[in-house]
Amino acid sequence: MIHDFGIVWSERALLLSGLANTAILSALSAVAALLLGAALTPALMARHAAVSWPARGFVDTMRCVPFLLFAYIVYYGLPSFGIRLDNWTSGLAALTLYNAAYMAEILRGAWAAQPREPIEAGVAFGFPELRLFRRIILPPLLLAAGPVLGNQMIQIIKDSAFLTVIALPELTHAASSIQSRHYVPFAAFITAVFLYWGLCLVIEAGVTTIGRVADIRR
Amino acid sequence: MSGADIAAIFQGAIVTVSLSLIGILIGLPIGLGLALIRWANVPVAARLVTIYVSMLRATPLVTLLLLLFFALPNIGVPVDPVSAAILGLVMNTSAFNCEVWRSSLMNFPKDQYEAAQAVGMRAGQRFRRIVLPQIIPVSLPGLVNEMSLLIKVTPVLAVVGVVDITRAAVRIGAETYEPLPPFLVAIALYVPIVYALVSLQRWIERRQRANEAAA
Repeated sequence: MIHDFGIVWSERALLLSGLANTAILSALSAVAALLLGAALTPALMARHAAVSWPARGFVDTMRCVPFLLFAYIVYYGLPSFGIRLDNWTSGLAALTLYNAAYMAEILRGAWAAQPREPIEAGVAFGFPELRLFRRIILPPLLLAAGPVLGNQMIQIIKDSAFLTVIALPELTHAASSIQSRHYVPFAAFITAVFLYWGLCLVIEAGVTTIGRVADIRR
Repeated sequence: MSGADIAAIFQGAIVTVSLSLIGILIGLPIGLGLALIRWANVPVAARLVTIYVSMLRATPLVTLLLLLFFALPNIGVPVDPVSAAILGLVMNTSAFNCEVWRSSLMNFPKDQYEAAQAVGMRAGQRFRRIVLPQIIPVSLPGLVNEMSLLIKVTPVLAVVGVVDITRAAVRIGAETYEPLPPFLVAIALYVPIVYALVSLQRWIERRQRANEAAA
């Protein structure tokens, strides 16, 4: 058994590049999905049905579709629209589009739960719309949504493991390669599990810090 | 894509649904058991459950399945794809269920428990007659939510060779050189299943809120 972990250690470069791919892929798509989701949120809350219906339709569909199937659709489907992407980019696109729907729903929920009074006070003070949003609405919104956004971030990391099916060289894919090359299944995959766990603990620690900041501000 | 191909995907759907149901039915009581161990603060066991839950919640189901499928035979436990799939689903969902059960146990009013103690109920009775009937409705929305999340990760079972919706779709796509149509059929099968669970969850929440407002 110790010997098996020795083999995994000798392949650490492969495993670390897998870990780096997982981390970079998750971070990039989390930021992109958050921005895309933030752009989608006002559409979800729009009064005009012509705006809110398509947004609602997209968000609800994504929430009912398994990510793995969505990743296949993006990977095999985009080329038929004449868009050719490599595995990495189409994986990133799938991860981003899919999670944008969840981010939009999280932000909408947090926005709807915000108290009305500070916003009305801001309006009464004559804040211009943009500054009202930036100074009064956004900071408590992000602090309130922090823990749920953190959970979604963990979800993104776990979803990124599915991209092993389109041969994206992320952490699970690296562990699979080590296992098939040396036949050390337990050592290879348990190491990957511990690395995923580590990533998630880092995010949980970040969420706790945000929570503490939110408490101080309250 | 022929009629026989669509029939094959439907057959895969039966496998997906049955495996999910088995996973859910075994995972629910195990999750409750784990939550009780943490709630009762059983020495050593409670710490182990905390670590188990934290680790399992961070592990992608693909990685867990590959670990089970390849490593168990290595230590002399033979597994076929279906039993590895069930074991993986149960381990995954029980960790999430544990958190749902635990949060309703933590919010359970202590005075009721003490009242039951005062009238001389034994521990088993207290749990069966006082605690359980009240934490089930509180946990229900969270548990149904976890069920819909579980269904959404089942396409992964295809990775270890379970012939489910996804594996049927991949095979047909490879044979016909047109991968898109079978995947769209697969999604068309998944969406109503997940949508039904999400609607069920919303319905339960709405009914409970209405009951609370009436009370």
